[in-house]
Amino acid sequence: MAHAKEIRGQIKSVKNTQKITRAMEMVAASKMRRAQERMRAARPYAEKIRKVLGHVANAHPEYNHPLLQVREVKKAGFIVVTTDRGLCGALNVNVLRALVLKMREFHDQGVAVQVAVMGGKGLGFIKRFGGKLVAEVSGLGDRPHLADMLGPIQVMAEAYAKGEVDVVYVVSSRFINTMLQKATVEQLLPVEKVDMPARQGMWDYIYEPEARPVLDHLLQRYIESVVYQGVVEHLACEQSARMVAMKSASDNAKRLIGDLQLAYNKARQAAITKEIAEISAGAAAV
Amino acid sequence: MAMTIDVQVVSTEGSIYEGVADMVVAPGEMGELGILPQHAPLLTRLRPGELRILHGAETEYLFVNGGILEIQPDRITVLADGAERAVDIDEAKAVAAKERAEALLAGHLDEMDYARAQGELLEQIARLRAIQRLRERGVLR
Repeated sequence: MAHAKEIRGQIKSVKNTQKITRAMEMVAASKMRRAQERMRAARPYAEKIRKVLGHVANAHPEYNHPLLQVREVKKAGFIVVTTDRGLCGALNVNVLRALVLKMREFHDQGVAVQVAVMGGKGLGFIKRFGGKLVAEVSGLGDRPHLADMLGPIQVMAEAYAKGEVDVVYVVSSRFINTMLQKATVEQLLPVEKVDMPARQGMWDYIYEPEARPVLDHLLQRYIESVVYQGVVEHLACEQSARMVAMKSASDNAKRLIGDLQLAYNKARQAAITKEIAEISAGAAAV
Repeated sequence: MAMTIDVQVVSTEGSIYEGVADMVVAPGEMGELGILPQHAPLLTRLRPGELRILHGAETEYLFVNGGILEIQPDRITVLADGAERAVDIDEAKAVAAKERAEALLAGHLDEMDYARAQGELLEQIARLRAIQRLRERGVLR
């Protein structure tokens, strides 16, 4: 049985850890609320613009925009959204696992892969795991601005337009509820068609002033919006995953303290009993 | 039944308006567009200005700060860069922002900042014009 004093030290250290995890839990909870609001606000725009572009992909434009061309997949690009900081459960692991699975699938088909990374955790992973890294941005903070994300977005869009990649995916996590986040791999380019049962056959939009500037503008907004949505959503996921992880860490610390307290009491009693036994043995010997 | 068209206005900060309308008037890049149900598919950019949604006797006034307009025969989607309901426009803020942009333009700027300040100025002018017009019609006090 360990010495009572040693156990007391252990209890103290676990209590200190518990204080930290509890504080992190509360910080994450308040950040989570704000992050969720931002995510909800950005969702309708991203959904609508996806739909509009789905319609555009269905139309038969007079002008074939480079970002709308569907090609045979020989090279693939990924935009991976991860967090900058850890201690958020399995969130990043799930995202990176989804990425690796998809990369392996492409590898088996002989498709070359390049990756653009957002967030420090993904960057570290790609460096260790290997893979062609073409762009990276980290330190986006709690209130990400689109301007900070434009680097990787531009790199991927240009690579697609030039034919350096034939398909672009965004890998991030989807916020389902506070307890549940799901890693997703979504196709960004080429734009996926939306079924339009109401309109069949050949049709096209009237463009004002002309097809090219309108489509340029629309596609630029689309890519920005989808990636922004991915980042904002991932941030909401990060905060709720961290809150849940820190909550279970606090709970575990509580259980550990309980066990240690029991061991400490037993050790203390054992020491007292031993002392009394020694004293009475000493008295009997006199 | 009278024909109506579904209207959805979303901005990057959230959904602004969702409903049905008899007619929508939007500030297209090439001029103002009046859109009735069963309009041919159309895609255009919007300039900063006033968006009117007419339904029955009621008219909803919105201010859009540029964006994209998609028309399908049964649906109008406005993807605004920024949008607000007319009653929410803050005139004092718009005036202040306009003056700031003017001051910037008056100073020495490189090309990038110049374009940005000019865009900002145009936006605030459109916003103030929208307020003015609403006032003339007696929508705003």
